[in-house]
Amino acid sequence: MAENEKDIDEHSGVETTGHTWDGIKELNNPLPRWWLITWYICIAISIVYMVLMPAWPGIHGYTKGLRNHSERANVAAAMADLEAGRNETLKKLLLVESVGDIEQDSELLQLSMAAGASLFGDNCATCHGSGGQGFVGYPNLIDDDWLWGGTFAAIQQTLQHGVRADDPETRINLMLAYGRDGMLPREQISDLVEYVTSLSGGEADAQAVARAAPIFAQNCASCHGADGKGIQAQGAPNLTDAIWLYGGERKNIRETLQNGRGGVMPAWTSRLSDEQIVALAVYVHSLGGGE
Amino acid sequence: MLNKHAILEKHGWLLSVAILVTVSIGGIVEIAPLFYLESTIEKVEGMRPYSPLELAGRNVYVREGCYLCHSQQIRPLRDEVERYGHYSLAAESMYDHPFQWGSKRTGPDLARVGGKYSDAWHVQHLIDPRSVVPESVMPPYGFLVKNTINLDRLELDLKANRAVGVPYTDEMIEKAASDASVQTDPFSADYDAFLARYPKAQIRDFDGNVDAITEMDALIAYLQVLGTMVDFEKYQPEENYR
Repeated sequence: MAENEKDIDEHSGVETTGHTWDGIKELNNPLPRWWLITWYICIAISIVYMVLMPAWPGIHGYTKGLRNHSERANVAAAMADLEAGRNETLKKLLLVESVGDIEQDSELLQLSMAAGASLFGDNCATCHGSGGQGFVGYPNLIDDDWLWGGTFAAIQQTLQHGVRADDPETRINLMLAYGRDGMLPREQISDLVEYVTSLSGGEADAQAVARAAPIFAQNCASCHGADGKGIQAQGAPNLTDAIWLYGGERKNIRETLQNGRGGVMPAWTSRLSDEQIVALAVYVHSLGGGE
Repeated sequence: MLNKHAILEKHGWLLSVAILVTVSIGGIVEIAPLFYLESTIEKVEGMRPYSPLELAGRNVYVREGCYLCHSQQIRPLRDEVERYGHYSLAAESMYDHPFQWGSKRTGPDLARVGGKYSDAWHVQHLIDPRSVVPESVMPPYGFLVKNTINLDRLELDLKANRAVGVPYTDEMIEKAASDASVQTDPFSADYDAFLARYPKAQIRDFDGNVDAITEMDALIAYLQVLGTMVDFEKYQPEENYR
C-alpha cells in the first residue's frame, strides 16, 4: 500500500497501519497520552539534570554542572563527618594505657568491643579464625598461651608492627632450620624430637632424652629457656605446655627442627588508625587469654 | 511532522543506519573523551609497570577468572573506604590491559590486598581456602605450586603490553626472564638494577619453594603489589575531585 494513502477502519474510525493478517487489519492508535506525557517529562528532567550535574565532555574538560557535584568530594565529606562524629569517644581510646582504664568506663568498653569485633572480622579472622581460635601456623588468641605477650601493651605492639613484617619496628626472631642448614646431624635432631616431646609430658625414649639434654642446652635454651618454658620477650614459645602452633606430633616437631619456622603477621599501622588498633587490642585481650 | 517516523519504520536499511548513528553518538560522548581528556587519569607518584613476575601472576589471575568473584575497584562510598581503604584511582589500573575491575563480589575486593596477608597465608589459602577460612566458597588452586613459569614467554608478554601503551623499556624487555628470577632471589647480583627498573618491588621467594619459579610465586607477587604502588602521602585528592 502506498504511503500517502490513508486507510481508515470503518468500525472505529482509526487509521490502520496497512498491515493485514488473514483479513485482520492493525489499527494505528496513537501512544497512550499518559505514556507520552511521562516520556516528555523524562526528557525535560534529563535537560535539568544536564544543567545541574556533570554531563557533557568538551575538548579540555567537561561541564561541571551548577551543583558542582563530585562523588570523591562527597565521600571525603562523609569520611570527615564520620571522623568528627567518632572523635569525642574514640579519642579517649588513645589515652588508654591499660585494660583497667577501659573496664572502668563501660561506654568506652562497649565501643571498643563493638569496633574491635567488626575490625577483627574483616582483618584478623582470615588467619586467626572468626572466633580467634587460630589454625595450624596461626596462633590461637583465646587461650592464655602467648608468643609475644598477652598484656594490653604487648598485643597493641604486635598489632602495630606485626611479626617479621615489613616494618622497621617489627617483632622478629627465627626458628632456625637446624636440619636443612646442616647445623645438627640427623641423629641429634631425632634425639631432640624425643626431648621436646618429653618436655610437655609426652612419652619419650629416655635414652634419647638423656643424649639430647646437652644439645638442647647448647642450641635451644638461649631462646626457649633452660627449662623449655620459652621467653616471651623474644617471642620464643613455651615447649612445656602442650600447646602447639605447628602441631605437636613427632613428625611436626621434626619438620620444625628440620626446616625452621617463621610465620608472618603483617603490621597494621598503615591500614588501621591508632584508635582502631586500641579497640582491636582491647577486643583481642578480652577473647579469653588477656594478661 | 510527528508522523515522519513511518519512513524509518518502513525502511529496514534506513532504520539500521539511524540506529547506528544514534548509538554512536552515545559512544562518542561517553567513551571517546576518556581517551583525550587529561583529567581521566590522575597525576600520581609511584605507579610503575608490573615487573615480569607480577605480570605473569596477573596473567594467572586473568586465566583463572579471579575477576569473576573478586573486584578490584573500591568505589568512593563511605562503607567501602572504611573497609578497603582509599577509593581506587584510574591511575592505579592504567597499566592493566585489560583492567580487572570486575563487577561482582562473591569474594572480597582485592584492589588493596597487597601486604594485608602473609605470603604463607596466601599459599595455604590458595591451596586449600577452607583450611584458613572455613566459611569460604573459593575453589582450591593447589596446582599453581606445581606449574612453573615459562620464563622465555615473559619477554613476549612485556612486548604485548608495550604494544598497547605500557612504557616498558628495551632493557626491561631484554631482561624480562632474568628479572623474574631476580625477584624471587634476594641474593642475586642484579638486585639493585632490578629495583632501579621496578622501584619498591618486593623481592623474595613468595611460595616457600626456592627451587622453582612457580605460578604460585607469580600470583602472590601480583597480589602483594595490588594497591600498594601509589604514594598517597603525595596524592592531592582535592585536585582530582570528579
